[in-house]
Amino acid sequence: MPHENDIILSFQDLDIRFTLRGQVLKAIRGVSLDVYRGESLAIVGESGSGKSVFTKSAMGLLDANGTIAGGHIWYEGKDLAAFTTEKEWLTIRGKEIAMVMQDPMTSLNPLKTVGDQIEEAVVLHQGLRGEAAKQAALEALAAVGIDDVERRYKQYPHEFSGGMRQRVVIAIAVACRPKVLICDEPTTALDVTIQAQILDLIKQLQRKLELTTIYITHDLGVVANVADRIAVMYAGDIIEVGKCEEVFYDPKHPYTWALLSSLPQLGVKGQELYSIKGTPPNLFYEVHGDAFAPRNPQALNIDFVERPPFFDVSPTHKARTWLLDPRAPKVEPPEHIRHLREQGGKSYA
Amino acid sequence: MPETREKLLEVRDLKVTFGNRRHPFTAVDGVSFDIYKGETFGLVGESGSGKTTIGRAIIRVNPVSGGQVIYKGQVISGKVSRELDRQVIHDIQMIFQDPMASLNERAKVDYIVSEGLYALHAGLPEEERREKVAAALESVGLLPEFASRFPHEFSGGQRQRIGIARALVMEPEFIIADEPISALDVSIRAQVLNLMSALQKDRGLTYLFIAHDLSVVRFISDRIGVIYKGKLMELSGSEKLFAHPLHPYTRSLLSAIPMPDPIGERNKKLLVYDPSVHQYSETDPPLWEELEPGHFVRGSRRELDQYRKVLGQ
Repeated sequence: MPHENDIILSFQDLDIRFTLRGQVLKAIRGVSLDVYRGESLAIVGESGSGKSVFTKSAMGLLDANGTIAGGHIWYEGKDLAAFTTEKEWLTIRGKEIAMVMQDPMTSLNPLKTVGDQIEEAVVLHQGLRGEAAKQAALEALAAVGIDDVERRYKQYPHEFSGGMRQRVVIAIAVACRPKVLICDEPTTALDVTIQAQILDLIKQLQRKLELTTIYITHDLGVVANVADRIAVMYAGDIIEVGKCEEVFYDPKHPYTWALLSSLPQLGVKGQELYSIKGTPPNLFYEVHGDAFAPRNPQALNIDFVERPPFFDVSPTHKARTWLLDPRAPKVEPPEHIRHLREQGGKSYA
Repeated sequence: MPETREKLLEVRDLKVTFGNRRHPFTAVDGVSFDIYKGETFGLVGESGSGKTTIGRAIIRVNPVSGGQVIYKGQVISGKVSRELDRQVIHDIQMIFQDPMASLNERAKVDYIVSEGLYALHAGLPEEERREKVAAALESVGLLPEFASRFPHEFSGGQRQRIGIARALVMEPEFIIADEPISALDVSIRAQVLNLMSALQKDRGLTYLFIAHDLSVVRFISDRIGVIYKGKLMELSGSEKLFAHPLHPYTRSLLSAIPMPDPIGERNKKLLVYDPSVHQYSETDPPLWEELEPGHFVRGSRRELDQYRKVLGQ
């Protein structure tokens, strides 16, 4: 079970910038987030919100034109943000923090057998050789629910179905016993029925190997299934953090309201779905105030001027919106959100 | 009631086979359904189930190896006259899944949208063509000025709008939308779904909506067909399907829908479909039967009797 005080990974005031044709894009704008040991945290956001960049920074996987311009990433007493050499990163990447990518079609090498690809990881990180490495690879395959491992070990990725391939990717990620597993849209490319199986597998591995998992996804159904805590990202900033139930049943930020309201699952047939007008801000330009304000029909004047600080809703739940300021006018969440709370959250106080 | 409505499209025992004679692969096997004028028919299945192939067979991209496709009473599958072919291209248009891949990167929006007009109305005066393009762009909520830009200048949602404008410029009656929103972000999905509903209301369009996400299909479709490995398993009005799913495959699909509700998700029980439960045999082959008005299920006599019991007949 997660311990609130036992922080395994801590992002502090992180700033990430990309330089593109002489212009500077502020992909992450002063974000702080603590990840607790053993928990499962979901980072939710639209494409371009910076959720992938944010987590990739903890593995030293930023593109060449991206830099950590400020802040710290603390992991086991080390500041990952200060790492400069590949050698330093190799002590963390794969060994301590591993990643499962979105598309199993592209994250495996089509020219190498599945066994070789898993062995590659254990040889590099655990220094195993020969038969020992093979045994480790076979164990890893069995651990992710693949049958007939001796035969499967010798097969190529194209001989696996999409779901099985994603299992292989997970096997590679956990083969080196990392402490933190980052799953970047782990099921987006899969069918719904397979998706549920893969999520179950990750949850089961998390319990067995005492992993801390960070999910990156835009699918709120997946989030509801797997997350202990949720961080909502918008335009390079985390705008709301809370326990899963708190964010779903009692969201505070207008963007979280809008995101939940626009789900077709909550729509009423024949009526218009709630949709967010406009597009996210261009991060090449300085963002003033609350980044969501231009798309928020109920934005306050101050939202356009000053960036809101985090206001605590409960000890575990906080949101960056001026609506939580004691001086703010009372704005009710949209009908859908109240409906969600009444329907699903019956047992939630 | 459906029976009194006009059938726009009839698919009769459709079969599509790929590969050569020695290694045939039947992607679609004996699929039959009707689509009525003005409705949205949802086709749901996993990847590889043949749902896209059905759409492509209707629009005559994939050749049909058995059965017929009948549009407004005329057979449009197989060999057809040149005139009918043009008519079909005009009346049936398609919206594709990935707006990043389905637009020509090197062409301006103006050309992308008018490509169909160039092909079918070669003699169309330039001014008229431009008017049509502008009107199509406006109807999907884009500015006519965008015609002079390239696809890379647009966001995913805008690109999908361009894809829809390209279909609309032909003034079709029937649109096949193949996973039109699965490549889009949550907030953009709602915009595109709303746009499609609004266009349907304004123009009386009929949609074939192909998707793997049942929650989206439920929201937009009047009726839903569930397809598995090239065969229809169940077909019904969408609310009826969600209220009384009969076929085990439909039930497993419904059980896997992710809901944005943590407590509901925690108590969710996954049903896994096992095709071997059917035990079809020579003497008890699977049939396709209407158990209640508008609700078809595939099953053997024994299974159908069970399903009837579930329905309380």
